[in-house]
Amino acid sequence: MPLNLALAVAGLRPKIDVNASGQTPSQPEAESSDAELIEAVRSGSVSSFEPLIRKYQPRVFATARRYARREGEVEDIVQEVFLKAFQKLHTFRGQAPFEHWLMRLTVRTCFDFLRAHRRRPEISFSDYSEPETDWLQQLASRDDPFPDDAAMAREVVQRVFEKLSPRSRLVLTLLELEDRTVKEVAELTGWSVSLVKVQAFRARAEMRKCLEQMLRRREL
Amino acid sequence: MKLDELQSKLLAAAREAPPSDAVPYAFEKRIMARLTARARVDPVSFWNRMLWRAAVPCLLVMLSVSLWSFLAQNGKGGASLGTELEDAVFAPAYAAIEDTW
Repeated sequence: MPLNLALAVAGLRPKIDVNASGQTPSQPEAESSDAELIEAVRSGSVSSFEPLIRKYQPRVFATARRYARREGEVEDIVQEVFLKAFQKLHTFRGQAPFEHWLMRLTVRTCFDFLRAHRRRPEISFSDYSEPETDWLQQLASRDDPFPDDAAMAREVVQRVFEKLSPRSRLVLTLLELEDRTVKEVAELTGWSVSLVKVQAFRARAEMRKCLEQMLRRREL
Repeated sequence: MKLDELQSKLLAAAREAPPSDAVPYAFEKRIMARLTARARVDPVSFWNRMLWRAAVPCLLVMLSVSLWSFLAQNGKGGASLGTELEDAVFAPAYAAIEDTW
């Protein structure tokens, strides 16, 4: 049995880059396409994975920051995404762009992260800062949002989302913050279209309940 | 204001501030280092993985043999597997006892 095949069966990869012809491949050029790089990685060239990371890491970081607050957690998520992508690269069939496949993996890793961190003690509403609750009160009393309050809105939304279940948080993030369609959310999450709709309905209700509690506490 | 209106306004405002896509310096090097470390063949971890992979087939074989012996025992109605095993294991000891008599 060839060494590469034996190691692949054992779930390991060879220490040195050896391509299918048994030769060490040259460093991939910067302008190599995704398909060429993926093929090189599949042939055993681990270093060909680096340009793929460089190209897609900003997108993965931006997505991970929607689900995790601490920068250390964000980095852990991104690292896990790329390690998984490397391990599962043989399952990428090339029918859709690599970016779509990677984003699906990212969303699912973020969902796993949310589920894993669900057991943490919940943040009580008293932990909300005074400016946040004040701002929400003002937003409720005015007709239009302030032009320069997007950052605060994101902060308040993050706080409220931390109270939601992982499924609700995921579906609201994808539908409302990333402005994706139901079909796109279904593809990203692997849920059916009807499940996404049901989940979105429940998530919005859950969020409204949180907002109501937050405003009520502010009034007390 | 109604809560659903407040919710819509809040989400619309939050949508205007997408999170940063900044990447820490040389982050890809960190991932590549992890991948390279994983790629090194460690004989102990290799053996460990193989043992774990063998655990499920071994369990299946054990269950199949148990089931087979149970069915064989019920079907024939003869001496139990346990008795037969005991006879086989202690046969030399019984022979030695008989010789001493």
